Amino acid sequence: MAVRYLLGNEGIAHACLEANIDFASGYPGTPSSEVIDVLRVQKERPFTVEWSTNEKVAFENALAAAWCGLRALCTMKHVGLNVAADPLMTSAYTGVTGGFVLLSADDPFAHSSQNEQDTRRYAHFARLPCLDPASVQEAHDMIRDAFALSEEFGLPVIFRPTTRICHSKGDVSIGEVGTEHRTAAFHRDPKQYVVIPAHTRVLHQRLNEKQPALKKRLVELGYNRHTVRGATAVVTSGVAAAYVQEVLGGDVSLAVIGAYPIDEEWLRRFVDRHEKVLVVEELAPVVEEAVRQVATKTEVLGKMTGTVPYEGEFTPATVADAVKKAGITPTTTFPEASPVPGVPPRPPILCAGCMHRPTFYAMRKVFRDGIFPSDIGCYTLGLQLGAVDTTICMGASITVGSGIARAGEEHPVVCTIGDSTFLHTGIPGLLNAVYNGADMVVVILDNRITAMTGHQPNPNTGVTAMGVESTPISLEAICRSCGVSWVETIDPYDLPVLLDTFRRAKERKGVRVVISKQPCVITARRSGIRRKAYAVDPEACRGCGACRSFGCPAIAFSGKIATITELCAGCGVCADICPSGAIGAEGRQ
Amino acid sequence: MKPSFDILIVGIGGQGTVLASNVLGEACIIENRTVRSAETHGMAQRGGSVESHVRIDGRFGSLIVPGTADLLIAFDLLEALRYRHYLPAGGRLVVNRHLVVPTSVYQQELAVPDEESILAALSDLEVTCIDAARLAEEAGSILSQNIVMLGAASGDIPLQPGSLEEAVRRCVPKKTVEVNARAFRLGREEGMLGRGAA
Repeated sequence: MAVRYLLGNEGIAHACLEANIDFASGYPGTPSSEVIDVLRVQKERPFTVEWSTNEKVAFENALAAAWCGLRALCTMKHVGLNVAADPLMTSAYTGVTGGFVLLSADDPFAHSSQNEQDTRRYAHFARLPCLDPASVQEAHDMIRDAFALSEEFGLPVIFRPTTRICHSKGDVSIGEVGTEHRTAAFHRDPKQYVVIPAHTRVLHQRLNEKQPALKKRLVELGYNRHTVRGATAVVTSGVAAAYVQEVLGGDVSLAVIGAYPIDEEWLRRFVDRHEKVLVVEELAPVVEEAVRQVATKTEVLGKMTGTVPYEGEFTPATVADAVKKAGITPTTTFPEASPVPGVPPRPPILCAGCMHRPTFYAMRKVFRDGIFPSDIGCYTLGLQLGAVDTTICMGASITVGSGIARAGEEHPVVCTIGDSTFLHTGIPGLLNAVYNGADMVVVILDNRITAMTGHQPNPNTGVTAMGVESTPISLEAICRSCGVSWVETIDPYDLPVLLDTFRRAKERKGVRVVISKQPCVITARRSGIRRKAYAVDPEACRGCGACRSFGCPAIAFSGKIATITELCAGCGVCADICPSGAIGAEGRQ
Repeated sequence: MKPSFDILIVGIGGQGTVLASNVLGEACIIENRTVRSAETHGMAQRGGSVESHVRIDGRFGSLIVPGTADLLIAFDLLEALRYRHYLPAGGRLVVNRHLVVPTSVYQQELAVPDEESILAALSDLEVTCIDAARLAEEAGSILSQNIVMLGAASGDIPLQPGSLEEAVRRCVPKKTVEVNARAFRLGREEGMLGRGAA
């Protein structure tokens, strides 16, 4: 036992080591990514770790490891579970032999996500147990024990932390790293693993039969617990439980739900003892629906009565408000405090020297009336440059683009997709676009890495999660084998070539692919690549503002005259943009 | 009496707010105290405004509610202004005399904020303004500004200076331990002077 100051995701990763894990896979996604990132670099326990090409792939790999009797972990963010939903649903039928934990991290307030969906809904849908920690310590303890729970019931266990668990830190008690290893052995059992109708009907019944004992067990394990103190109660779940405890007085009963499915009998007994119950949970009203189902005479307040918000993430102040609305006096009241108006925003922005910026710049120059479907990655920030018209989910740039083109929209369609996203779910879309004769340009933004989530390697990087050199792949060859005949690879720091390539692409028909290739400026710097900074000759600058539209954070202005700050990464594209020739590499006259 | 001492550290992605909050967390471990903190990860780190919440002796959630922070440490003047509502009236601010104008100002042709007007807008708080760049250079690396700021604020933080300095040593890269320890001490001296003057 030791106490360490750990990030939620570090605590989770350590708990997996304590639980004798032998296989981990995942696809990066904020806020889940650091779990695999910790596991892949740690030296305390040798075992197999992989970044997979997408969440479905990751899930199936980990599931198979669990079928071979290993303890396996699979990680992703909530929307990644949509991609992995197909194997998820049927894995509940096949079950597992080794403990299998699926970590799907939810993101209330969509800090880094395209929606606010709730993983607990998937657990209910699939009839799988789901653990929902209220603190970093509980996240650690739950996942340490989740593998045994999975083995006890022969079911995958879903573990659902939220952003404020994954990315919170605290003093965490951790245990010893496990030293037992299992040997993978697949025991042929078609009735379990081949889900033809005759088998799956039986498996479905078995899954349903497991539910009553599972519900009881989750109460026995203390994940669902309550304290009766008065005629009014609060029922809460996940990180909201911490906020409730911060503001709730000692005369109000409290039930904390840390696991699903909830035992209805246990819940009914608690609810029945109260005149009024307030349900406080982030995201979907999962607990509230359960409380409403069991309540007979008790008044139930929550999202459905407008007492608790449906959207966003909570704070102690949100919870204090809800508690007040429910007629309960909170122990703490919070002052009205609003931000100073008119402070200029500082949103995240593409880095100085980012390869995406010149690509977007040239694309907009050549396709002035173009439609620009895009995808999920740092380059979604191209929105600020007017170069992103749609983003819905991973891989949807090419498919939305081909849909727009095939719908008959006459403006040129130019979509952008990162290398990792292309390998994730972009390829079927490209194949489809060629197959069905779409007329569009696909720009692959190839920065050699999965940048936004923290620079995880992918098959395009040339190295695996465990640091082993991998077989090189060719994006160009992939595109050609999908049937694309016009594929050009260019260096986005070379603006004239970039513009010329887009102009040539514009003249052609069919699916055309431009691969814009340059390492992510952050990884380039880390690997020791230094480029000479650029500077503006103030005598030569005419204040025309051409460089302003480039939107680089290293370009500042004193009045109309441009200057280049110490953020300059030396890509040199602004020197090509400046019509006065006022920008040059520092020290060059 | 609030059970935790709540510190909000704000800045721009890349300035080292997370490292500064790690030092506070580690110092809590050294003193055997509970701590809760929250960080900005993912897309928000790309040069955007970032915040780290640290609740010394915290036992519940990691988020600080606006109007209730005990101390605001800002690595940039504009970020101090953006987050000042986390402090109660007359609250304590330790701010770096440093201003990065957001690219959005140039792009959207907004009024360019300046040091003087920002400081005027903060003047009702109890402010210590630190030239962290100068002290960091003096310590041996411009990159140690975050630790200078932590040192400057340390007189207001209910943790022993010895624990904080030990935490600095544990949290920073090995090669930079001495530079950062010096940065912490220089910041602390400067912060004490600032408090004396106020």
